[in-house]
Amino acid sequence: MASVWVFIEEINERPSVLGLELLAKARTVGDVTAVYLGTGSDEAFAVLGEHGASSVLHADSGDRLPSGPLAAALADRMAAESPELVLFGQAYTDRDVAGRLAARLGVGVLANASDVRLTDEGVETDHEIFGGSQTATASASNGPFLVLIRPKSFAAEAAGKGAPSVDTLDLPDVGVSEAKIVESHVEEREGPQLGDAGVVVAGGRGLGSAEGYELVEKLAKQLSAATGATRAIVDAGWVPYAKQVGQTGKTVKPDVYIAVGISGAMQHLVGMKDAGTIIAINKDPDAPIFSVADLGIVGDVNKVLPQLIEALESR
Amino acid sequence: MKVVVCVKQIPDPATPYTLEEGTHWLTRPDDQILDDTDRYGVEMGLQLAQANEGTLTLVSMGPAGNAQGIRQALAMGADKAIIIEDDALRGSDALTTSKVLAAAIEREGFDLVIAGTESTDGYSGVIPQMLAEHLDAPALTYAKRVEIGDGTVTIDRQTDDGYDVVATDLPAVVSVTAGVVEPRYPTFKGIMDAKKKPVEHLTLDDLGVETSSDQKVTSISDAAERAAGQKIEDDGEAFQAIVSLLEERKVI
Repeated sequence: MASVWVFIEEINERPSVLGLELLAKARTVGDVTAVYLGTGSDEAFAVLGEHGASSVLHADSGDRLPSGPLAAALADRMAAESPELVLFGQAYTDRDVAGRLAARLGVGVLANASDVRLTDEGVETDHEIFGGSQTATASASNGPFLVLIRPKSFAAEAAGKGAPSVDTLDLPDVGVSEAKIVESHVEEREGPQLGDAGVVVAGGRGLGSAEGYELVEKLAKQLSAATGATRAIVDAGWVPYAKQVGQTGKTVKPDVYIAVGISGAMQHLVGMKDAGTIIAINKDPDAPIFSVADLGIVGDVNKVLPQLIEALESR
Repeated sequence: MKVVVCVKQIPDPATPYTLEEGTHWLTRPDDQILDDTDRYGVEMGLQLAQANEGTLTLVSMGPAGNAQGIRQALAMGADKAIIIEDDALRGSDALTTSKVLAAAIEREGFDLVIAGTESTDGYSGVIPQMLAEHLDAPALTYAKRVEIGDGTVTIDRQTDDGYDVVATDLPAVVSVTAGVVEPRYPTFKGIMDAKKKPVEHLTLDDLGVETSSDQKVTSISDAAERAAGQKIEDDGEAFQAIVSLLEERKVI
Protein backbone atom coordinates (compact mmCIF):
# COMPACT_ATOMS: atom_id res chain seq x y z
CA MET A 1 0.00 0.00 0.00
CA ALA A 2 1.31 3.43 -0.92
CA SER A 3 2.39 5.71 1.88
CA VAL A 4 0.75 9.13 1.68
CA TRP A 5 1.62 12.04 3.92
CA VAL A 6 -0.71 14.98 4.40
CA PHE A 7 0.35 18.37 5.73
CA ILE A 8 -2.27 19.78 8.11
CA GLU A 9 -2.16 23.04 9.95
CA GLU A 10 -3.81 23.58 13.31
CA ILE A 11 -6.37 26.40 13.37
CA ASN A 12 -8.14 27.32 16.60
CA GLU A 13 -6.78 24.19 18.30
CA ARG A 14 -8.24 21.88 15.64
CA PRO A 15 -7.06 20.47 12.32
CA SER A 16 -7.96 22.91 9.53
CA VAL A 17 -10.96 22.01 7.38
CA LEU A 18 -8.66 22.08 4.35
CA GLY A 19 -6.48 19.46 6.05
CA LEU A 20 -9.49 17.22 6.66
CA GLU A 21 -10.47 17.58 2.99
CA LEU A 22 -7.02 16.32 2.04
CA LEU A 23 -7.31 13.38 4.45
CA ALA A 24 -10.58 12.34 2.78
CA LYS A 25 -8.67 12.02 -0.50
CA ALA A 26 -5.45 10.61 0.95
CA ARG A 27 -7.16 7.63 2.63
CA THR A 28 -8.45 6.49 -0.76
CA VAL A 29 -4.87 6.51 -2.13
CA GLY A 30 -2.91 4.74 0.59
CA ASP A 31 -1.86 4.50 4.21
CA VAL A 32 -2.00 8.01 5.68
CA THR A 33 0.39 9.89 7.93
CA ALA A 34 -0.77 13.34 9.01
CA VAL A 35 2.04 15.88 9.39
CA TYR A 36 0.39 18.09 11.97
CA LEU A 37 1.73 21.59 12.61
CA GLY A 38 0.51 23.23 15.81
CA THR A 39 0.29 22.91 19.57
CA GLY A 40 -1.38 19.52 19.29
CA SER A 41 -3.71 17.70 21.71
CA ASP A 42 -5.26 14.26 22.13
CA GLU A 43 -8.55 15.71 20.83
CA ALA A 44 -6.88 17.07 17.69
CA PHE A 45 -5.02 13.79 17.05
CA ALA A 46 -8.27 11.85 17.51
CA VAL A 47 -9.92 13.99 14.81
CA LEU A 48 -7.03 13.18 12.47
CA GLY A 49 -7.58 9.49 13.20
CA GLU A 50 -11.32 9.71 12.59
CA HIS A 51 -10.58 11.26 9.21
CA GLY A 52 -8.27 8.48 8.14
CA ALA A 53 -4.76 9.12 9.50
CA SER A 54 -3.21 5.94 10.89
CA SER A 55 -0.26 7.88 12.25
CA VAL A 56 0.56 11.47 13.12
CA LEU A 57 3.87 13.31 12.90
CA HIS A 58 3.45 16.23 15.24
CA ALA A 59 5.56 19.38 14.82
CA ASP A 60 5.32 22.57 16.83
CA SER A 61 7.28 25.54 15.44
CA GLY A 62 6.40 27.88 18.33
CA ASP A 63 7.40 31.44 17.45
CA ARG A 64 9.51 30.40 14.46
CA LEU A 65 8.20 30.83 10.93
CA PRO A 66 7.56 27.13 10.17
CA SER A 67 8.66 26.79 6.51
CA GLY A 68 12.43 26.57 6.99
CA PRO A 69 12.62 24.28 10.03
CA LEU A 70 9.71 22.09 8.94
CA ALA A 71 11.05 21.60 5.42
CA ALA A 72 14.43 20.59 6.85
CA ALA A 73 12.86 18.11 9.29
CA LEU A 74 10.51 16.67 6.65
CA ALA A 75 13.31 16.20 4.13
CA ASP A 76 15.23 14.09 6.65
CA ARG A 77 12.22 12.08 7.74
CA MET A 78 11.14 11.47 4.16
CA ALA A 79 14.60 10.16 3.30
CA ALA A 80 14.17 7.60 6.09
CA GLU A 81 10.55 6.62 5.46
CA SER A 82 10.12 7.21 1.70
CA PRO A 83 6.47 8.28 1.33
CA GLU A 84 5.36 8.18 -2.31
CA LEU A 85 3.08 11.20 -2.12
CA VAL A 86 2.80 14.28 0.09
CA LEU A 87 -0.34 16.38 -0.12
CA PHE A 88 -0.59 20.04 0.82
CA GLY A 89 -3.44 22.53 0.47
CA GLN A 90 -3.21 25.56 -1.80
CA ALA A 91 -2.85 27.81 1.27
CA TYR A 92 -0.25 30.19 2.71
CA THR A 93 1.85 28.01 5.00
CA ASP A 94 1.25 24.89 2.89
CA ARG A 95 2.76 26.59 -0.15
CA ASP A 96 5.72 27.85 1.88
CA VAL A 97 6.54 24.43 3.29
CA ALA A 98 5.97 22.62 -0.01
CA GLY A 99 8.13 25.07 -1.98
CA ARG A 100 10.99 24.97 0.48
CA LEU A 101 10.80 21.19 0.81
CA ALA A 102 10.71 20.67 -2.96
CA ALA A 103 13.83 22.77 -3.47
CA ARG A 104 15.55 20.87 -0.69
CA LEU A 105 14.63 17.49 -2.18
CA GLY A 106 15.24 18.61 -5.76
CA VAL A 107 11.76 17.59 -6.91
CA GLY A 108 8.93 19.58 -8.47
CA VAL A 109 5.61 20.66 -7.00
CA LEU A 110 2.34 20.05 -8.80
CA ALA A 111 0.36 23.10 -7.73
CA ASN A 112 -3.33 24.02 -7.89
CA ALA A 113 -4.48 20.44 -8.41
CA SER A 114 -8.13 19.45 -8.10
CA ASP A 115 -7.41 15.72 -8.07
CA VAL A 116 -4.46 13.35 -7.78
CA ARG A 117 -3.77 9.71 -8.77
CA LEU A 118 -0.78 7.46 -8.27
CA THR A 119 -0.03 5.55 -11.45
CA ASP A 120 2.46 2.90 -12.53
CA GLU A 121 4.64 5.64 -14.03
CA GLY A 122 4.39 8.07 -11.13
CA VAL A 123 1.71 10.59 -10.39
CA GLU A 124 -1.07 12.25 -12.33
CA THR A 125 -2.90 15.42 -11.33
CA ASP A 126 -5.86 17.37 -12.69
CA HIS A 127 -5.85 21.17 -12.83
CA GLU A 128 -8.70 23.49 -13.68
CA ILE A 129 -7.45 26.02 -16.19
CA PHE A 130 -8.94 29.00 -18.02
CA GLY A 131 -11.40 29.75 -15.24
CA GLY A 132 -12.38 26.11 -14.93
CA SER A 133 -13.60 25.76 -18.51
CA GLN A 134 -10.91 23.17 -19.21
CA THR A 135 -9.05 20.52 -17.26
CA ALA A 136 -5.34 19.95 -17.76
CA THR A 137 -3.90 16.61 -16.70
CA ALA A 138 -0.25 16.69 -15.70
CA SER A 139 2.19 13.96 -14.79
CA ALA A 140 5.55 13.55 -13.10
CA SER A 141 7.73 10.51 -12.63
CA ASN A 142 10.47 11.47 -10.14
CA GLY A 143 9.15 11.10 -6.63
CA PRO A 144 8.50 11.80 -3.91
CA PHE A 145 5.57 13.71 -5.37
CA LEU A 146 4.53 16.96 -3.73
CA VAL A 147 1.04 18.08 -4.71
CA LEU A 148 -0.83 21.23 -3.70
CA ILE A 149 -4.60 20.70 -3.73
CA ARG A 150 -7.11 23.52 -4.07
CA PRO A 151 -9.53 24.01 -1.17
CA LYS A 152 -13.00 22.47 -1.58
CA SER A 153 -11.76 19.83 -4.02
CA PHE A 154 -12.90 17.08 -1.62
CA ALA A 155 -15.51 16.94 1.15
CA ALA A 156 -14.15 16.61 4.70
CA GLU A 157 -15.86 13.51 6.08
CA ALA A 158 -14.96 11.30 9.03
CA ALA A 159 -14.15 7.68 8.17
CA GLY A 160 -14.78 6.24 11.63
CA LYS A 161 -11.21 5.13 12.23
CA GLY A 162 -9.51 4.72 15.60
CA ALA A 163 -6.86 6.75 17.38
CA PRO A 164 -3.62 7.19 15.40
CA SER A 165 -0.12 6.59 16.68
CA VAL A 166 1.61 9.89 17.40
CA ASP A 167 5.28 10.67 16.94
CA THR A 168 7.04 13.99 17.47
CA LEU A 169 8.88 15.58 14.57
CA ASP A 170 11.69 17.65 16.05
CA LEU A 171 12.46 20.84 14.16
CA PRO A 172 16.16 21.57 13.68
CA ASP A 173 17.98 24.87 13.94
CA VAL A 174 18.19 26.27 10.40
CA GLY A 175 20.73 29.00 11.13
CA VAL A 176 20.59 31.96 8.77
CA SER A 177 17.27 30.82 7.29
CA GLU A 178 15.48 31.30 10.59
CA ALA A 179 12.68 33.88 10.90
CA LYS A 180 10.74 34.79 14.02
CA ILE A 181 7.05 35.55 14.47
CA VAL A 182 7.17 38.64 16.68
CA GLU A 183 3.42 39.25 17.08
CA SER A 184 0.15 37.81 15.81
CA HIS A 185 -2.87 39.94 14.98
CA VAL A 186 -6.33 38.49 14.52
CA GLU A 187 -8.69 40.78 12.70
CA GLU A 188 -12.19 40.93 14.16
CA ARG A 189 -14.69 39.42 11.79
CA GLU A 190 -18.43 39.62 12.12
CA GLY A 191 -21.15 37.47 10.62
CA PRO A 192 -20.83 34.36 8.47
CA GLN A 193 -17.35 33.48 7.23
CA LEU A 194 -16.61 33.48 3.52
CA GLY A 195 -15.21 29.95 3.41
CA ASP A 196 -18.28 28.20 4.82
CA ALA A 197 -21.28 30.55 4.37
CA GLY A 198 -24.41 29.21 2.69
CA VAL A 199 -24.90 32.46 0.84
CA VAL A 200 -22.20 34.79 -0.46
CA VAL A 201 -22.69 38.30 -1.86
CA ALA A 202 -19.60 39.51 -3.72
CA GLY A 203 -18.79 42.83 -5.35
CA GLY A 204 -16.53 43.93 -8.18
CA ARG A 205 -15.39 47.02 -9.97
CA GLY A 206 -18.87 47.60 -11.37
CA LEU A 207 -19.85 48.99 -7.96
CA GLY A 208 -18.01 52.13 -9.04
CA SER A 209 -16.34 53.04 -5.76
CA ALA A 210 -15.37 51.83 -2.30
CA GLU A 211 -18.60 53.41 -1.01
CA GLY A 212 -20.56 51.28 -3.46
CA TYR A 213 -19.45 48.21 -1.51
CA GLU A 214 -21.85 49.25 1.28
CA LEU A 215 -24.65 47.97 -0.96
CA VAL A 216 -23.02 44.53 -0.95
CA GLU A 217 -22.79 44.63 2.85
CA LYS A 218 -26.43 45.70 3.20
CA LEU A 219 -27.66 42.94 0.94
CA ALA A 220 -25.49 40.39 2.74
CA LYS A 221 -26.96 41.46 6.06
CA GLN A 222 -30.49 40.88 4.76
CA LEU A 223 -29.56 37.38 3.61
CA SER A 224 -27.27 36.46 6.55
CA ALA A 225 -24.62 36.06 3.89
CA ALA A 226 -20.85 36.42 3.89
CA THR A 227 -19.35 39.19 1.74
CA GLY A 228 -16.74 38.61 -0.95
CA ALA A 229 -14.84 40.61 -3.53
CA THR A 230 -12.85 40.40 -6.75
CA ARG A 231 -9.10 40.82 -6.94
CA ALA A 232 -9.60 44.13 -8.77
CA ILE A 233 -11.30 45.86 -5.85
CA VAL A 234 -9.02 44.25 -3.28
CA ASP A 235 -6.02 45.55 -5.25
CA ALA A 236 -7.73 48.94 -5.43
CA GLY A 237 -7.91 48.91 -1.64
CA TRP A 238 -11.73 49.04 -1.39
CA VAL A 239 -11.90 45.93 0.81
CA PRO A 240 -9.37 43.79 2.69
CA TYR A 241 -7.61 40.84 1.08
CA ALA A 242 -9.47 38.36 3.31
CA LYS A 243 -12.58 39.01 1.18
CA GLN A 244 -10.99 38.01 -2.10
CA VAL A 245 -12.65 35.17 -4.02
CA GLY A 246 -10.76 33.52 -6.87
CA GLN A 247 -7.55 31.94 -7.96
CA THR A 248 -5.41 34.02 -5.64
CA GLY A 249 -8.06 34.31 -2.93
CA LYS A 250 -10.61 31.98 -1.44
CA THR A 251 -12.45 29.17 -3.17
CA VAL A 252 -16.11 29.17 -2.15
CA LYS A 253 -18.92 26.72 -2.74
CA PRO A 254 -22.04 28.31 -1.22
CA ASP A 255 -25.63 27.31 -2.03
CA VAL A 256 -26.18 30.75 -3.53
CA TYR A 257 -23.58 33.20 -4.89
CA ILE A 258 -24.65 36.71 -5.83
CA ALA A 259 -22.10 38.49 -8.05
CA VAL A 260 -22.60 42.24 -8.07
CA GLY A 261 -20.77 44.34 -10.65
CA ILE A 262 -18.40 41.45 -11.35
CA SER A 263 -17.37 40.87 -14.97
CA GLY A 264 -16.21 37.31 -14.38
CA ALA A 265 -12.48 37.25 -15.11
CA MET A 266 -11.01 33.73 -15.24
CA GLN A 267 -9.17 34.33 -12.02
CA HIS A 268 -12.49 35.04 -10.25
CA LEU A 269 -14.60 32.31 -11.88
CA VAL A 270 -12.34 29.52 -10.73
CA GLY A 271 -13.04 30.50 -7.12
CA MET A 272 -16.85 30.45 -7.27
CA LYS A 273 -18.14 28.56 -10.30
CA ASP A 274 -19.07 25.51 -8.19
CA ALA A 275 -21.68 27.46 -6.20
CA GLY A 276 -25.15 25.87 -6.19
CA THR A 277 -26.96 28.83 -7.73
CA ILE A 278 -25.27 31.87 -9.24
CA ILE A 279 -27.04 35.20 -9.59
CA ALA A 280 -25.22 37.98 -11.44
CA ILE A 281 -25.95 41.67 -11.90
CA ASN A 282 -23.80 43.55 -14.41
CA LYS A 283 -24.38 46.35 -16.88
CA ASP A 284 -22.34 44.72 -19.67
CA PRO A 285 -24.54 42.12 -21.42
CA ASP A 286 -21.40 40.36 -22.75
CA ALA A 287 -19.74 39.98 -19.34
CA PRO A 288 -18.35 36.42 -18.95
CA ILE A 289 -20.07 36.08 -15.57
CA PHE A 290 -23.38 35.60 -17.41
CA SER A 291 -22.07 32.41 -18.99
CA VAL A 292 -22.09 30.72 -15.57
CA ALA A 293 -25.06 32.54 -13.99
CA ASP A 294 -28.37 30.77 -13.41
CA LEU A 295 -30.00 34.19 -13.30
CA GLY A 296 -28.33 37.15 -14.98
CA ILE A 297 -29.63 40.70 -14.67
CA VAL A 298 -28.27 43.13 -17.26
CA GLY A 299 -28.58 46.40 -15.41
CA ASP A 300 -27.07 49.08 -13.21
CA VAL A 301 -26.09 47.62 -9.82
CA ASN A 302 -26.67 51.00 -8.22
CA LYS A 303 -30.33 50.79 -9.26
CA VAL A 304 -31.08 47.07 -8.92
CA LEU A 305 -29.39 46.57 -5.54
CA PRO A 306 -31.20 49.35 -3.63
CA GLN A 307 -34.50 48.02 -5.00
CA LEU A 308 -33.63 44.48 -3.99
CA ILE A 309 -32.50 45.54 -0.51
CA GLU A 310 -35.69 47.56 -0.02
CA ALA A 311 -37.85 44.64 -1.14
CA LEU A 312 -36.07 42.34 1.33
CA GLU A 313 -36.29 44.87 4.17
CA SER A 314 -40.02 45.23 3.73
CA ARG A 315 -40.65 41.50 4.02
CA MET B 1 21.75 47.91 -0.28
CA LYS B 2 21.38 45.64 -3.27
CA VAL B 3 17.74 44.94 -4.06
CA VAL B 4 16.78 42.38 -6.69
CA VAL B 5 13.17 42.15 -7.86
CA CYS B 6 11.93 39.09 -9.74
CA VAL B 7 9.53 40.03 -12.52
CA LYS B 8 7.70 38.10 -15.20
CA GLN B 9 6.34 39.01 -18.58
CA ILE B 10 2.96 37.42 -19.27
CA PRO B 11 0.50 37.45 -22.16
CA ASP B 12 -2.05 40.20 -21.54
CA PRO B 13 -4.81 38.58 -19.43
CA ALA B 14 -7.33 40.77 -21.28
CA THR B 15 -6.85 38.60 -24.38
CA PRO B 16 -7.90 34.92 -24.22
CA TYR B 17 -5.01 32.57 -23.46
CA THR B 18 -4.24 29.70 -25.83
CA LEU B 19 -2.05 26.62 -25.56
CA GLU B 20 0.50 25.32 -28.07
CA GLU B 21 -0.35 22.09 -29.87
CA GLY B 22 1.43 19.05 -28.52
CA THR B 23 3.28 20.58 -25.57
CA HIS B 24 0.23 22.36 -24.09
CA TRP B 25 2.49 25.25 -23.13
CA LEU B 26 0.97 28.69 -22.88
CA THR B 27 1.36 30.59 -26.14
CA ARG B 28 3.64 33.58 -25.53
CA PRO B 29 3.42 36.36 -28.09
CA ASP B 30 6.30 38.83 -28.67
CA ASP B 31 4.13 41.45 -27.03
CA GLN B 32 3.88 40.57 -23.37
CA ILE B 33 3.16 42.81 -20.43
CA LEU B 34 4.64 43.11 -16.97
CA ASP B 35 2.60 40.87 -14.68
CA ASP B 36 0.41 43.25 -12.72
CA THR B 37 1.33 41.54 -9.44
CA ASP B 38 4.99 42.41 -10.10
CA ARG B 39 4.29 46.14 -10.13
CA TYR B 40 3.92 45.96 -6.34
CA GLY B 41 7.29 44.26 -5.93
CA VAL B 42 8.98 46.79 -8.21
CA GLU B 43 7.44 49.71 -6.31
CA MET B 44 8.39 48.22 -2.94
CA GLY B 45 11.92 47.61 -4.22
CA LEU B 46 12.21 51.17 -5.50
CA GLN B 47 11.12 52.65 -2.19
CA LEU B 48 13.46 50.44 -0.15
CA ALA B 49 16.42 50.97 -2.50
CA GLN B 50 15.91 54.72 -2.35
CA ALA B 51 15.61 54.83 1.44
CA ASN B 52 18.70 52.65 1.92
CA GLU B 53 21.06 54.11 -0.70
CA GLY B 54 20.64 51.00 -2.79
CA THR B 55 20.27 49.82 -6.34
CA LEU B 56 17.46 47.86 -7.93
CA THR B 57 18.10 45.07 -10.43
CA LEU B 58 15.29 43.23 -12.21
CA VAL B 59 15.67 39.51 -12.89
CA SER B 60 13.33 37.77 -15.30
CA MET B 61 13.22 34.37 -16.95
CA GLY B 62 11.25 33.54 -20.07
CA PRO B 63 10.92 34.41 -23.74
CA ALA B 64 11.94 38.08 -23.87
CA GLY B 65 9.93 38.93 -26.99
CA ASN B 66 10.20 42.67 -27.45
CA ALA B 67 10.83 42.98 -23.70
CA GLN B 68 8.25 45.72 -23.34
CA GLY B 69 7.10 44.28 -19.99
CA ILE B 70 10.64 44.58 -18.67
CA ARG B 71 10.82 48.14 -20.05
CA GLN B 72 7.67 48.92 -18.07
CA ALA B 73 9.48 47.99 -14.86
CA LEU B 74 12.61 49.89 -15.91
CA ALA B 75 10.43 52.92 -16.66
CA MET B 76 9.13 52.78 -13.09
CA GLY B 77 12.72 53.39 -11.99
CA ALA B 78 14.68 50.10 -11.78
CA ASP B 79 18.39 50.54 -12.59
CA LYS B 80 18.94 47.55 -14.84
CA ALA B 81 17.53 44.22 -15.92
CA ILE B 82 18.81 40.67 -16.40
CA ILE B 83 16.79 38.43 -18.71
CA ILE B 84 17.46 34.70 -18.84
CA GLU B 85 16.21 33.17 -22.05
CA ASP B 86 17.01 29.74 -23.42
CA ASP B 87 15.13 27.28 -25.61
CA ALA B 88 15.90 24.57 -23.07
CA LEU B 89 13.86 26.52 -20.53
CA ARG B 90 10.59 26.40 -22.43
CA GLY B 91 7.94 24.63 -20.40
CA SER B 92 10.05 24.76 -17.23
CA ASP B 93 8.48 23.80 -13.94
CA ALA B 94 8.75 25.90 -10.79
CA LEU B 95 11.82 24.06 -9.52
CA THR B 96 13.81 24.76 -12.69
CA THR B 97 12.61 28.35 -12.80
CA SER B 98 13.67 28.90 -9.20
CA LYS B 99 17.12 27.36 -9.82
CA VAL B 100 17.73 29.61 -12.79
CA LEU B 101 16.53 32.76 -11.02
CA ALA B 102 18.62 31.88 -7.96
CA ALA B 103 21.75 31.40 -10.09
CA ALA B 104 21.25 34.79 -11.74
CA ILE B 105 20.60 36.47 -8.38
CA GLU B 106 23.66 34.87 -6.81
CA ARG B 107 25.81 36.04 -9.73
CA GLU B 108 24.48 39.57 -9.26
CA GLY B 109 24.71 39.59 -5.45
CA PHE B 110 21.87 40.68 -3.17
CA ASP B 111 20.82 41.89 0.23
CA LEU B 112 17.10 41.64 -0.44
CA VAL B 113 15.17 39.71 -3.09
CA ILE B 114 11.56 40.72 -3.70
CA ALA B 115 9.00 38.69 -5.66
CA GLY B 116 5.24 38.73 -6.06
CA THR B 117 3.37 35.95 -4.26
CA GLU B 118 2.52 34.22 -7.54
CA SER B 119 2.37 34.97 -11.24
CA THR B 120 -0.97 35.60 -12.92
CA ASP B 121 -0.37 33.00 -15.65
CA GLY B 122 1.27 30.20 -13.65
CA TYR B 123 0.14 30.87 -10.06
CA SER B 124 1.92 28.02 -8.28
CA GLY B 125 3.05 30.43 -5.55
CA VAL B 126 6.05 28.32 -4.54
CA ILE B 127 8.89 30.19 -6.28
CA PRO B 128 9.77 32.63 -3.44
CA GLN B 129 10.37 29.77 -1.00
CA MET B 130 12.27 27.70 -3.56
CA LEU B 131 14.48 30.71 -4.35
CA ALA B 132 15.18 31.21 -0.66
CA GLU B 133 16.18 27.57 -0.21
CA HIS B 134 18.61 27.75 -3.16
CA LEU B 135 20.02 31.03 -1.84
CA ASP B 136 20.26 29.66 1.71
CA ALA B 137 18.23 32.60 2.95
CA PRO B 138 15.00 33.00 4.92
CA ALA B 139 11.77 33.73 3.03
CA LEU B 140 9.26 36.15 4.52
CA THR B 141 6.14 35.57 2.46
CA TYR B 142 2.81 37.31 1.73
CA ALA B 143 4.01 40.68 3.00
CA LYS B 144 1.46 43.48 3.39
CA ARG B 145 4.15 45.77 4.83
CA VAL B 146 7.94 45.68 4.59
CA GLU B 147 10.40 47.54 6.80
CA ILE B 148 14.18 47.48 6.66
CA GLY B 149 16.07 47.90 9.94
CA ASP B 150 19.74 47.68 10.78
CA GLY B 151 20.60 44.51 8.86
CA THR B 152 17.10 43.18 9.41
CA VAL B 153 13.79 43.01 7.58
CA THR B 154 10.37 42.93 9.22
CA ILE B 155 7.07 42.31 7.47
CA ASP B 156 3.37 41.99 8.21
CA ARG B 157 2.64 38.52 6.88
CA GLN B 158 -0.91 37.92 5.65
CA THR B 159 -2.64 35.04 7.45
CA ASP B 160 -6.12 33.58 7.07
CA ASP B 161 -7.54 35.62 9.91
CA GLY B 162 -5.24 38.64 10.16
CA TYR B 163 -1.48 39.05 10.00
CA ASP B 164 1.73 38.11 11.84
CA VAL B 165 4.67 40.42 12.31
CA VAL B 166 7.69 38.39 11.17
CA ALA B 167 11.35 39.40 11.34
CA THR B 168 14.69 38.05 10.18
CA ASP B 169 18.23 39.10 9.29
CA LEU B 170 19.30 40.16 5.81
CA PRO B 171 19.99 38.81 3.27
CA ALA B 172 16.45 37.56 2.77
CA VAL B 173 13.72 36.86 0.23
CA VAL B 174 10.39 38.67 0.62
CA SER B 175 7.21 38.01 -1.34
CA VAL B 176 4.72 40.85 -1.45
CA THR B 177 0.95 40.86 -1.88
CA ALA B 178 -0.93 43.37 -3.98
CA GLY B 179 -1.61 46.41 -1.85
CA VAL B 180 1.75 46.41 -0.04
CA VAL B 181 2.37 49.76 -1.72
CA GLU B 182 0.65 51.77 -4.45
CA PRO B 183 2.67 51.21 -7.65
CA ARG B 184 3.66 54.38 -9.47
CA TYR B 185 2.90 54.97 -13.13
CA PRO B 186 5.96 55.52 -15.28
CA THR B 187 6.53 59.17 -16.16
CA PHE B 188 7.42 60.29 -19.68
CA LYS B 189 10.98 60.83 -18.52
CA GLY B 190 10.97 57.38 -16.94
CA ILE B 191 9.89 55.82 -20.21
CA MET B 192 12.58 57.68 -22.16
CA ASP B 193 15.28 56.80 -19.59
CA ALA B 194 14.26 53.13 -19.65
CA LYS B 195 15.34 52.88 -23.29
CA LYS B 196 18.93 53.61 -22.27
CA LYS B 197 19.11 51.37 -19.22
CA PRO B 198 21.26 48.22 -19.39
CA VAL B 199 19.47 44.95 -20.18
CA GLU B 200 21.67 41.89 -19.93
CA HIS B 201 20.64 38.69 -21.74
CA LEU B 202 21.85 35.41 -20.29
CA THR B 203 21.51 31.76 -21.30
CA LEU B 204 21.75 28.58 -19.25
CA ASP B 205 25.41 28.24 -20.27
CA ASP B 206 26.20 31.66 -18.81
CA LEU B 207 24.73 30.55 -15.51
CA GLY B 208 26.03 26.98 -15.56
CA VAL B 209 22.67 25.60 -14.51
CA GLU B 210 21.52 22.18 -15.63
CA THR B 211 17.83 21.66 -15.98
CA SER B 212 15.55 18.68 -16.06
CA SER B 213 11.84 19.40 -15.79
CA ASP B 214 10.05 16.26 -14.72
CA GLN B 215 6.54 17.59 -15.14
CA LYS B 216 4.52 17.59 -18.31
CA VAL B 217 0.94 18.29 -19.28
CA THR B 218 -0.36 15.10 -20.87
CA SER B 219 -3.84 16.14 -21.94
CA ILE B 220 -6.39 18.94 -21.99
CA SER B 221 -10.09 18.27 -21.84
CA ASP B 222 -13.20 20.38 -21.65
CA ALA B 223 -14.53 20.57 -18.12
CA ALA B 224 -18.19 19.89 -17.45
CA GLU B 225 -19.44 23.34 -18.25
CA ARG B 226 -22.02 25.11 -16.25
CA ALA B 227 -24.88 26.03 -18.52
CA ALA B 228 -25.87 29.68 -18.59
CA GLY B 229 -29.37 30.25 -17.29
CA GLN B 230 -31.85 33.01 -17.79
CA LYS B 231 -30.56 36.49 -18.69
CA ILE B 232 -32.90 39.45 -18.40
CA GLU B 233 -32.55 43.13 -19.14
CA ASP B 234 -33.44 45.33 -16.17
CA ASP B 235 -36.66 47.19 -16.88
CA GLY B 236 -36.91 48.53 -13.35
CA GLU B 237 -38.50 45.32 -12.06
CA ALA B 238 -35.69 42.80 -12.53
CA PHE B 239 -35.03 42.72 -8.78
CA GLN B 240 -38.32 40.79 -8.47
CA ALA B 241 -36.76 37.90 -10.39
CA ILE B 242 -33.96 37.77 -7.81
CA VAL B 243 -36.48 37.82 -4.95
CA SER B 244 -38.39 34.93 -6.56
CA LEU B 245 -35.26 32.85 -7.07
CA LEU B 246 -34.11 33.47 -3.48
CA GLU B 247 -37.55 32.30 -2.30
CA GLU B 248 -37.32 29.24 -4.49
CA ARG B 249 -33.89 28.41 -3.04
CA LYS B 250 -35.32 29.00 0.46
CA VAL B 251 -32.75 31.69 1.24
CA ILE B 252 -35.64 33.94 2.27
